[in-house]
Amino acid sequence: MSFNPEKWNVDLTKHRRKFFVGSGLTVIIGIVLLFTMGLNLGVDFESGSNVEIQTDEPLTQEQVLADFEAIDIDDSYVPSVTLGGDQSQNASARFVDEFSQQEIALIQSYFDEKYGHSPNISTVSPLVGEELAQNALLSVLIASVAIVIYIAFRFQFLYGISAIIGLLHDAFIIIALFSLLQIEINVPFIAAVLTVVGYSINDTIVTFDRMRENVNKEKEINSFERLAHIVNKSLLQVITRSINTVLTVLFASLALFIFGGEAIRSFSLALVIGLVAGTYSSMFLCAQMWLVWEWKRLKKIKSKPPKQPEEEYI
Amino acid sequence: MVKKGRIALFFFIVALMATGIALLVRPVISDVNLGLDLQGGFEVLYEVEPINEGDTINDEALLSTTTALNERVNTIGVSEPTIQIEGDNRIRVQLAGVQDQESAREILATGGELTIRDVDDNILLDGSDLTQNGSSASLHADTNQPIVTLTLDDGDQFGEITQELSQRPDNENLLVMWLDFEEGDSYEEERLKEDPKFLSAASVRQPLFTRNVMIEGNFTTEETRFLAEILNAGSLPVDLNEIYSTSVGASLGEQAMKQTVNAGLIGVALIFIYMIMYYRFPGVIAVITLSAYTFLVLVIFNALNAVLTLPGIAALILGVGMAVDANIITYERVREEIKTGKSIKSAYKVGGRRSFATIFDANITTLIAAGVMFYFGTSSVQGFAVMLIISILVSFLTAVWGSRVLLGLWVDSKFLNKRPGWFGVKRGEIDEL
Repeated sequence: MSFNPEKWNVDLTKHRRKFFVGSGLTVIIGIVLLFTMGLNLGVDFESGSNVEIQTDEPLTQEQVLADFEAIDIDDSYVPSVTLGGDQSQNASARFVDEFSQQEIALIQSYFDEKYGHSPNISTVSPLVGEELAQNALLSVLIASVAIVIYIAFRFQFLYGISAIIGLLHDAFIIIALFSLLQIEINVPFIAAVLTVVGYSINDTIVTFDRMRENVNKEKEINSFERLAHIVNKSLLQVITRSINTVLTVLFASLALFIFGGEAIRSFSLALVIGLVAGTYSSMFLCAQMWLVWEWKRLKKIKSKPPKQPEEEYI
Repeated sequence: MVKKGRIALFFFIVALMATGIALLVRPVISDVNLGLDLQGGFEVLYEVEPINEGDTINDEALLSTTTALNERVNTIGVSEPTIQIEGDNRIRVQLAGVQDQESAREILATGGELTIRDVDDNILLDGSDLTQNGSSASLHADTNQPIVTLTLDDGDQFGEITQELSQRPDNENLLVMWLDFEEGDSYEEERLKEDPKFLSAASVRQPLFTRNVMIEGNFTTEETRFLAEILNAGSLPVDLNEIYSTSVGASLGEQAMKQTVNAGLIGVALIFIYMIMYYRFPGVIAVITLSAYTFLVLVIFNALNAVLTLPGIAALILGVGMAVDANIITYERVREEIKTGKSIKSAYKVGGRRSFATIFDANITTLIAAGVMFYFGTSSVQGFAVMLIISILVSFLTAVWGSRVLLGLWVDSKFLNKRPGWFGVKRGEIDEL
């Protein structure tokens, strides 16, 4: 199981425009999706109540609706019922109203008696979930600024900017895909996005570290091709590591996705999508963006005439 | 010459670690506090509002309220409830494993009701007669005994009550202080018990025309502080407004937990197999240090008394990923150096040194992100950040340092010299110098 990508004759930097256009289009489509289809916000983010029913036998929607009619709950509004589980032994009913304590007690005793399992009931005012999401977003933005400062200090400002764009890209891809697939967004989803943010930044730094090392080895970089060659070489040097790392993390998240059960399915799906996006963006977005910007910066420095010491004019 | 001592030391260390983990793994795993989403239970988020207009909700009021809630939770008999203050006016109560949610809700939502009664259980004073936050724990000026002092709104009223009480015979001239007196409780019954339900019973020998009342008893300093907080909570007319609640049925939580653990084990097993197949001998070292990593993270997690939730598991996965990554970065570097024709020993040295800088920068940036999330985040975000910070620090210890020590023993033993295959490098790939 050994291959040597350094000897591959692949030019990853040549196709950078395609990557930029591709990612740009993806982001635009994502924004359009967000505005048209929106996000399927779970009960964590919208006011209302959610009743999760569990039984030992298969359920039907009619049956669940009939059950709620029987207890005379919220007759003005028909709840949306979704079935889950291998043989639909789970059902989840959404109500726009927040239940009172009496209603909760009523529902619990009714279903407990009928199906032998106490249902899960969540009620929420939208404030709480929104606050959590806003808080997570704010944390990511502040963290981004802090990371840019650290990278600017340890590496160089342009590395920091490209790393952060990659990080935001990866987080956005998950959100856009969840909008497209209309999967319900809940609190664990936020944790998944945060995980991807952490992974993305980790992955990008490792790639940048090698680029920095190889750039520092060069005495002078006087053509774009030279710089592109260095970036390409660095990418090929770290590609085995990138693939192996993402594969091992994917093993864990795929195992959670396949075997982890209903409760964490959307969570692990977000992880899987985000991890793949994170590896892609490190190599094909962040590194390439840096290449373009760094060359502009070098050109600017070169085109500036060397400053004459003022003493000479005296 | 192969130095057998190094290899022996390696096996000794590994055996020691394996024994330690094998002996402790069960108690450590059973000590992990599972969050509601994994265990089942009941969570409510309250907004604290003043009952009288003009009263303010400050830190003190919130702290006293949590103390009162804790007292309330204890009567339900829940071990280790989580009661957290969030923001300026919110309190989150998590009761893992609670079956009877309705009574839990009722007990929580009723405010702390303090009553002062006579021996016949007639109410003399109640919480509304106490000044808000007027109770405090202190030491008696003469005897240096821990005492609790109360402030009443109306000194004359207390004077009248004590005047009446002081005329009664001994054993009947008592001020009995109750917290949450329930219909059917009685002083006569409780005073015979070893652990009576009332807080204290003080005899009154003379009328006290004062607003300041002192409770003496055989208290410890701890108890007086606790009592003062409860009294403050009891006298605090806060409204607890339920703004969020969720309940996870025990069977659903249990099912989620079982599946998550199984899935986690499958995932880790796949990682182990892959690492050994790809990196050969260093892969084996990685498996050893990863096992130590997972074990240590749980130990530290328990020591911090943290609660494992789904977001926590997310951070744990990311941590495993970063620990694996640290190993992969190091081994890839060592392989590269071997391929350039260096000896195993110098390849290991150079590879180790270069990869360290990379791992350091990558981990510090993630640590910064985690630190910011912890500082600015709330509830789930903060829990995630704690787990992430622990993971990063422990992965530094095991995957970076531990891995190096263990692999270093083999490199130093010279056993690996001329055995690049053990690193997964074919002889044909090595450049001749």
